[in-house]
Amino acid sequence: MIAIDVAGLNVRFGAFRAITDLSLTIDYGEVHAIIGPNGAGKTTLLDVISGLTRPVSGRVTLDGARELTRLSDTAIARAGVRRKFQKPSVFMALSVGENLEIGGLGDASLIDETARLIGLADQLQRPAGTLSHGQKQWLEIGMVLAARPRVLMLDEPVAGLTDGETDLTAELIATLRGPDRAIVVVEHDMDFVERIADRVTVLHEGRTLFEGAMADARQDRQVIDVYLGR
Amino acid sequence: MTRLFAAVVAVLAAVAALIAVAPELLSPYLVNSAGQLAAFALLAVSLDLIWGYAGILSLGHGLYFAIGGYVVAMHLLKHGLAVTGRVPDFMQFMGWSEFPFYWAGFESFPYAAGLTVVLTLAMSGLFGFVSFRSRVGGVYFSIITQALVYVAMLLMFRNDTGFGGNNGMTGFSVIFGRDMADPFVSRMLAIGSIVILIAALLLCRRLVTSRVGRLVVACRDDEARLRSLGYGTLRLKLGIWCLSAVLAAVAGFLYVPQVGIINPRLLSPDVSLEIAVWVAIGGRGALSGAVIGAILVNGVKFWLSARAPELWPFILSGLVVLVVMAFPNGLLDLGRLRPRALKFLRPARGT
Repeated sequence: MIAIDVAGLNVRFGAFRAITDLSLTIDYGEVHAIIGPNGAGKTTLLDVISGLTRPVSGRVTLDGARELTRLSDTAIARAGVRRKFQKPSVFMALSVGENLEIGGLGDASLIDETARLIGLADQLQRPAGTLSHGQKQWLEIGMVLAARPRVLMLDEPVAGLTDGETDLTAELIATLRGPDRAIVVVEHDMDFVERIADRVTVLHEGRTLFEGAMADARQDRQVIDVYLGR
Repeated sequence: MTRLFAAVVAVLAAVAALIAVAPELLSPYLVNSAGQLAAFALLAVSLDLIWGYAGILSLGHGLYFAIGGYVVAMHLLKHGLAVTGRVPDFMQFMGWSEFPFYWAGFESFPYAAGLTVVLTLAMSGLFGFVSFRSRVGGVYFSIITQALVYVAMLLMFRNDTGFGGNNGMTGFSVIFGRDMADPFVSRMLAIGSIVILIAALLLCRRLVTSRVGRLVVACRDDEARLRSLGYGTLRLKLGIWCLSAVLAAVAGFLYVPQVGIINPRLLSPDVSLEIAVWVAIGGRGALSGAVIGAILVNGVKFWLSARAPELWPFILSGLVVLVVMAFPNGLLDLGRLRPRALKFLRPARGT
């Protein structure tokens, strides 16, 4: 079943065409990775889906019914489409527990369970500003997760993490997948992507270059030329 | 920090009790000063709420302070006229025999008190809504607040607006039917100001430690993150902004009867800037810091005004430099020095 349907999307910043005629679908139950070189439009695509950037043309539909390009970022988040930013964005002055409480829209019952999932169950009182980089990444995933989103978008979840932390993040994402949830991951770590993704879309200069399994992407001549080969 | 807050409230309560029980120990000047300082502290708390907690710096809070001040001055003049027959000075020099129509109703205290809140909410609500909706923030917002207070000052300097013009309003003779020169009245005003300050502190404390308070801090730290978690930040910012403005107006409402005069100088941009200086010196982001900053700075100012007023600008600037260079969180950093020094003695915790 299709969660997010992106059709004929065009995004421009002045004369720069960030995304050109992009169409793709994100299905429930899958982990869908979006990869590509810098400037390919990966983060821009997430920005459009989460309502931070308005496209010139094209549609983004949730569950075949709700047109997201006309909703505010707040309304899109309320509809269950949540996103972790590239730079870890947690509320530094608040504790881990308070961050999770805000993420869960005030539902305190989910705090403990979410904290266990992200491995911070024993650190609820700790100010988020004192966490390590990896813990901040997880806390942000936890905040996004605390409201039980239907569509979960993770922008570079393992950037700057150690190998051990990357392994834990891969395990975390594996436990998060489910028939009622679509997970989108933007990442540069190809081994990580191969471990977690059911399907990858390779973007290049705002267009789709390849779509399919990661193993096949690694064999694709064009993908190797513009991205993997370098 | 909670201990400090409790200590500040306790000291304030003790001062109010002292004025009530043993007024003969304090000179009338001291009682009056305590009341004025309480009004300034309330003004500082209002700015700390919006700057320290919400991260929105207003450099024009004098506007809301002046709304409260002008409204109470109008009430006192109308009330004085009704009781003693004394015609306000500005009516005489303007040669007016009748009040402008918008002076109607001001002889009623509840009307004046209610109007202060309504006017402040209307003004701050409109300005806040327009600014926050179009995502005006940071220094742009601060500059606009400063411009707004300047515009208000120019407006109030005009003599034909019916608010006393450049002379402002003074000559308040009676309040609640009692002679304002009566020391009892002065004591009641001081005690009332301190009690209202304590009430405001407790209210703000409740607010900042509540879930809404945490959302306000979250909005300060990363508004985009909060929005993308599904929170509408407009209502949040507007709410705290309007509350802050109302507290500032209440402070002005308490201040003007005690100082006995209001004029457009109160709307001068440097007065509004100074409020931010009090909060910065005391320590923003902590309610007790705002109170300490306002009382300390103004206490020194009162004391110096009789001895060496020419020194004041240098002392104030020196304090600002000291805070910026040495104590980025204001004087509250002094309290944090000791625990931090002791931390080195403790064994490091493995995390």
